[in-house]
Amino acid sequence: MLDAAWLIPTVPAIAFALITLFGKRMPKHGAEIGIAAVGASFVMSCIAASQWIDRVEAATGHSEGLGAFGKSVFRAAGEQGVEPVVNTVTWWISGGVHFSVGTTVDGLTVMMLFVVTLISLLVQIYSTAYMHDDRRYTWFFACLSLFTASMLTLVVSENLLQLLVGWELVGLCSFMLIGHWWEDLANSRAAIKAFLTTRVGDIGLMIGVIVMYFAADTFSIVGINEYALSSGAEHNLLLAGAICLFIGIIGKSGQFPLHTWLPDAMAGPTPVSALIHAATMVVAGVYLGARLYPVFYEGFSIADGGINFMALIGGVTIIIGAVLAFVQRDIKKVLAYSTISQLGYMVMALGVGAWTAAVFHLFTHAFFKALLFLGAGSVSHSGSHHSFDMKSDMGGLRKYMPVTFATFMIGSLALAGIFPFAGFWSKDEILVTAGEGGFEVFMVVGLIGAFLTAAYMTRCVYLTFFGEYRGHGHPHESPRAITVPLIILAGFSVVAGLINAVPLGIEKFTEWFEPTFAFPHLVHAEFDYGLAVISVTIAVVGIGIAAWLWFRREELGPFRGLTQRNALARRGYVFLENKYYLDHLYENVIVDGTRGVVARAFYWFDQHVIDAFVKGVGLVAARVGRFSYDVVDQKGVDGAINALAAGTGDAGSALRTVQSGRVQRYALLLFAAVGLLSLALYLVNS
Amino acid sequence: MWEQDVAFWIIALAMAAASIGVVRSRNIVHAALFLVVVLAGAAALYILLVAEFVAWVQVLIYIGAVVILFLFGIMLTRAPMGGEPGQLDNDQRWGAAVVALFVLGVLVALLVDAFGGKNIHFTDALVEQGKTGTVGDTLFRQYLVPFEVVSMLLLGALVGAVVLARRD
Amino acid sequence: MELNYFLILSAFLFCVGVYGVLARKNGVLVLMSVELMLNAVSINLIAFSALNHSVSGQIFALFVITIAAAEVGVGLAIVLLIYRNLKSPDLDKIDELKG
Repeated sequence: MLDAAWLIPTVPAIAFALITLFGKRMPKHGAEIGIAAVGASFVMSCIAASQWIDRVEAATGHSEGLGAFGKSVFRAAGEQGVEPVVNTVTWWISGGVHFSVGTTVDGLTVMMLFVVTLISLLVQIYSTAYMHDDRRYTWFFACLSLFTASMLTLVVSENLLQLLVGWELVGLCSFMLIGHWWEDLANSRAAIKAFLTTRVGDIGLMIGVIVMYFAADTFSIVGINEYALSSGAEHNLLLAGAICLFIGIIGKSGQFPLHTWLPDAMAGPTPVSALIHAATMVVAGVYLGARLYPVFYEGFSIADGGINFMALIGGVTIIIGAVLAFVQRDIKKVLAYSTISQLGYMVMALGVGAWTAAVFHLFTHAFFKALLFLGAGSVSHSGSHHSFDMKSDMGGLRKYMPVTFATFMIGSLALAGIFPFAGFWSKDEILVTAGEGGFEVFMVVGLIGAFLTAAYMTRCVYLTFFGEYRGHGHPHESPRAITVPLIILAGFSVVAGLINAVPLGIEKFTEWFEPTFAFPHLVHAEFDYGLAVISVTIAVVGIGIAAWLWFRREELGPFRGLTQRNALARRGYVFLENKYYLDHLYENVIVDGTRGVVARAFYWFDQHVIDAFVKGVGLVAARVGRFSYDVVDQKGVDGAINALAAGTGDAGSALRTVQSGRVQRYALLLFAAVGLLSLALYLVNS
Repeated sequence: MWEQDVAFWIIALAMAAASIGVVRSRNIVHAALFLVVVLAGAAALYILLVAEFVAWVQVLIYIGAVVILFLFGIMLTRAPMGGEPGQLDNDQRWGAAVVALFVLGVLVALLVDAFGGKNIHFTDALVEQGKTGTVGDTLFRQYLVPFEVVSMLLLGALVGAVVLARRD
Repeated sequence: MELNYFLILSAFLFCVGVYGVLARKNGVLVLMSVELMLNAVSINLIAFSALNHSVSGQIFALFVITIAAAEVGVGLAIVLLIYRNLKSPDLDKIDELKG
């Protein structure tokens, strides 16, 4: 399977063609083809993953049992490096340059293959219920299949050109799926915004690919990595390439300042948000960073510690995303800002040299964030009558939707980084590596992010599942096609972290998936119990504070009712006044005072400063344009143009008789012209 | 070799006269019959040039099928059968004659200039290559793919003609 | 035998075909003139095949015959359609694209 990895993206691509051609005539309108194809890809990915693991264990020379002894054995054995399995065929040759297509399979690839196919499979199953009765149901499944195929192409690609093809294709699928309900103008605008914003980054990526080609004289990923680590590598060239490639990552993975498209992309159907805007496409940037890590490692001099571009952008994104998540009413937007923030963690981790932690976080985040999105979709599907507004249409849903509630809770705890859920292990690994690698600032940023994450998720869970039901529908549990994927993802959200539970002596993730061939020697920080306790404590404090703020009301609920009755009976006005005072305090002083000001400030910055800058540039351009219009265009150019136009008009009237509309007249002119031209050529040449 | 020259001139004059008949005849059915003469003359020329397979294909396809199609076309479009001169011609007759003569002049000048003095030698090898076996071998070995493509083209033309001509 | 005998005969047939295509009004007659031009091409191909002792020219002539058959089929269908719509097979009635 490692050599036949090209089959994995091919099967969904064929499914796309089949669904488009025959989907509408199938009994399930194409869904069965999509699910079968992605299921086949999933099975093949599992086989590939197990074969890769066998290969690694054969190469490192220790068996299952010995693996538990930890990194000393593994690192020593790993020095020789396990080569990726590379297969290529020549695509075309131009000017002596071979352009190839092919597959590179290594630990990172099989991990991504597993994640992408698993989540695609679950999302497609989920969509059969969620998108039921949609008017473009078949097309939706066709797009999902195409997306899966493109994402898998991106993942297995052997060279940067092929990766670029996959990269653009996922962008296209994202565009089509965000605008799935294009009848609503807002949706199609969101689709265009997402497409254009990521395109800004894509320009950077494209330049980066070209720079790397001229630097390393190859498009091959392994070749570029080898070049970056070789002693002959030019540092300035690597820095330029790394910056350009990183701009691509910023666009695709929603990093500051190009993150603005991601919340708007929530206009698409929820399964799309889960698949594309949480688990797979947006992590393509992180994947690129991990794939070409030697370029970034050497280009940004990560080994030296201190602040670098990559870690800085990641750190800023963590805070920006997390703070903005507080002021959202829309549950999907909360999750979208949360995704931005978590992607910030991954990028920051790459920036501080914690490659394994970044990829591990990518792995765990895919599960719990997809779970949360699908949970939100389940809520809107069955609980709030297709609304995502937490404040007006949700609340108290835990009684009606126990499965959704339980799985959403697991996802939230995993996201908040509570022991022993998946998020804890990966987030902790990022923090500990940042701390030991000389990046204490970013460790602190990560801790603040953890606090904010825990708090906003508590708010989100409270508003959705606790309190009184505020909607107008008849909430009920979702059908099995929705709950089963939720349960599976919840299972992964619990156990996925244990694959690299360092204090338990399990480092399977590091062992299996960390590249050892053509790769910088990575630092693996020791597990720090103190830091783990601190981070969990911070998260718990975050939950506690948030819960105190929001559950107070719940606690007061019966009390409030009591006081109202008692107040009417005994003291009347005073209790009402008190109650009003509490609400007032909560709404205006605490909310606006603590979270509101900071969050609004960021939001304001987002909306006004960045926007104003863009508008300013536009305004200057408009002024220049106006000036040249008035002076140059109207007076100078226009006169000449008018004269020319008049002349053309007269000539046209004269020539219009030639346009008789009769084909034989044209043929007469044609033959006469051919004869004249032949004669002319004959006379010239004789 | 004079027999061949004589045969050529007889065929050529017949073809030239018949081709004028095709474009000048006042009766459309006569025009179609003149066309048969031209096509048969072409087939005779092919035999003269020892391309016998092509000659028989010419007879079968052109005279056997294409002319019949033309006659059907004439019947279905109720074309006028004879009558006043110029009924079948349009108003650019003279222009057309000038252009045709002009093109002919240029072509003849070019041909004389380019190929004057070249002779066809009738050898045993030429006789061998005109045989059906040789043509078949070449067609199904060297030209197999174009052959299949042409069969698809014929299918396309068939479907296209049906779609265009059906009444619905 | 001189090659130019055949080439000049074929040029003559071609130009008669050109005249027919340009001067005939009836669609069926225009198609017949096109056949004249195609035959002229075939004669050229066969003549060069004999000159160069290469069988390829004959194969090309076969292809020309095949394509001519296809062309007549579609062409007559089009003429039929014109006749059905305009109640006349005359090509100078079609001048919708007049400028």
